[in-house]
Amino acid sequence: MITAERKPMEEIIASVRPYNRILLVGCNECVTVCAAGGRKEVGILSSALQMAFMQEGKTLDIKELTLERQCDPEYVEELVTVIDQADAVLSMACGCGVQEVARRYKDKPVYPALNTKFMGASERQGVWAERCQGCGDCILGLTGGICPVARCSKRLLNGPCGGSTAGKCEISQDVDCVWQLIWDRMKALGIENRYEEVMMAKDWRSSRDGGPRKIIREDLV
Amino acid sequence: MKTESVLEKVFNSGQLAVTSECGPPRGALPEKVIEKAKMLAGYVDGINVTDNQTAMVRMSSLAACILIKQIGLDPIFQMVTRDRNRLAMQSDIIGAYSHGINTMLCLSGDHPHFGDHPMAANVYDLDSVQLVQTVRNMRDNGKFQGGDDILNPPKMFIGAAANPFADPFELRVARLAKKINAGVDFIQTQCIYNMAKFEKWMKGVCDRGLDKKVHIMPGITPMKSAGMARYMKNKVPGMDVPDEIVKRMAGVPKEKQAAEGIKIAVEQIQRLKDVQGVHGFHIMAIEWEQKVPEIVEKAGLYPRPVIE
Repeated sequence: MITAERKPMEEIIASVRPYNRILLVGCNECVTVCAAGGRKEVGILSSALQMAFMQEGKTLDIKELTLERQCDPEYVEELVTVIDQADAVLSMACGCGVQEVARRYKDKPVYPALNTKFMGASERQGVWAERCQGCGDCILGLTGGICPVARCSKRLLNGPCGGSTAGKCEISQDVDCVWQLIWDRMKALGIENRYEEVMMAKDWRSSRDGGPRKIIREDLV
Repeated sequence: MKTESVLEKVFNSGQLAVTSECGPPRGALPEKVIEKAKMLAGYVDGINVTDNQTAMVRMSSLAACILIKQIGLDPIFQMVTRDRNRLAMQSDIIGAYSHGINTMLCLSGDHPHFGDHPMAANVYDLDSVQLVQTVRNMRDNGKFQGGDDILNPPKMFIGAAANPFADPFELRVARLAKKINAGVDFIQTQCIYNMAKFEKWMKGVCDRGLDKKVHIMPGITPMKSAGMARYMKNKVPGMDVPDEIVKRMAGVPKEKQAAEGIKIAVEQIQRLKDVQGVHGFHIMAIEWEQKVPEIVEKAGLYPRPVIE
């Protein structure tokens, strides 16, 4: 899923300070799962903003709404009935949702309340970690199901580098050396002899380097 | 002979080769490069020029290599894949070769996290193994990485690094084999202090016959002080400094520690000379280049062979 974290309160307050009426819009998908921008977080942010404005001697009229999916035009359309009652939209979706709202309601300023982080998985309660960079040409079949593009600090395809120590990356004790993980997994699968095959230079066109990407499914269009 | 590299010629003569290194200055000070290089003249077969080492901005390796080449010495052009993509790397390789630079060292480079621009974008379009492969393809097939022909392809003698002390240890021989598969000609290792572990790695290398396919140069770094020994032991990633080295440095009075450091370095070279597969030494005297001639002489590696 896409993970996100709420921006610092000061930054959010500064973005909505010029307005009297805002529409605070959450999303029921990924950001709900990672507890950043679902219905619950919309309620918490709404109260926090109202308190902050009160302390400044002002009032802020906040309309709260959480859409099923903010990256989907079908659901973003639901805002049409309330959009005129707000001077601006504060979105608690990932960057995709923020942009979908901005695209649909062209004359309404939209501000992000979250910083979108990465595509990741939940490691344990309250902890999410990066797993995929969406390079567009998956190599997990060659690396024991563990991705060096997303999880090696240097995205080395022929790691580990000389900084791998006791299973950890040289940049931090909190980061696993992904090449240690890959090596352990290759051994567990009995395919460690494949390690010595050089992984060829990657064609990054399928990644962000080839320009903004699009999927067109003719069978569905 | 694959190239005109002096280093390759020394290896081919069957004699132990010696290289050292020179870190370019953090400013436009060409005289500093020349001063450091001149200290090494006559005592080494090649001078490594580091490429933004420890992820700190310095004069470019290419520019410093050209300065060294212009005074008639033999630079080894270090290139890290951290700072530029395959277009920039290949154009610099052609540029270097156009200035008569014929020896390279291909590295991934320290992560920007360690340097003075931790906010910088991390390129890593290629990794060090793929860079070796790219340089070999340029030399042997006359092709760019993208597949087009190169006009007058650069003939580089290709080096890479190895750290026998990084984890997982059991993978370290396989990783060397991978670099050999990619086309590396010589290897300069991480600084060696744990002799026994290095010898164990070399045994693994020789057991597979890899010593016949690549020239291995153990890295030797003289300690200036007991403080430096402790720092290297505790702070430098991937470094293995046994307690006895730290104790030995700390066991002599402060004013004699530098001399003790040189003595240890010389002893290390003497011991490793006899290890099968060791074809030379890479002496990295960090900001202490003036001591390299003394180490080379005391280790019995002077005079250097005269290569026609």
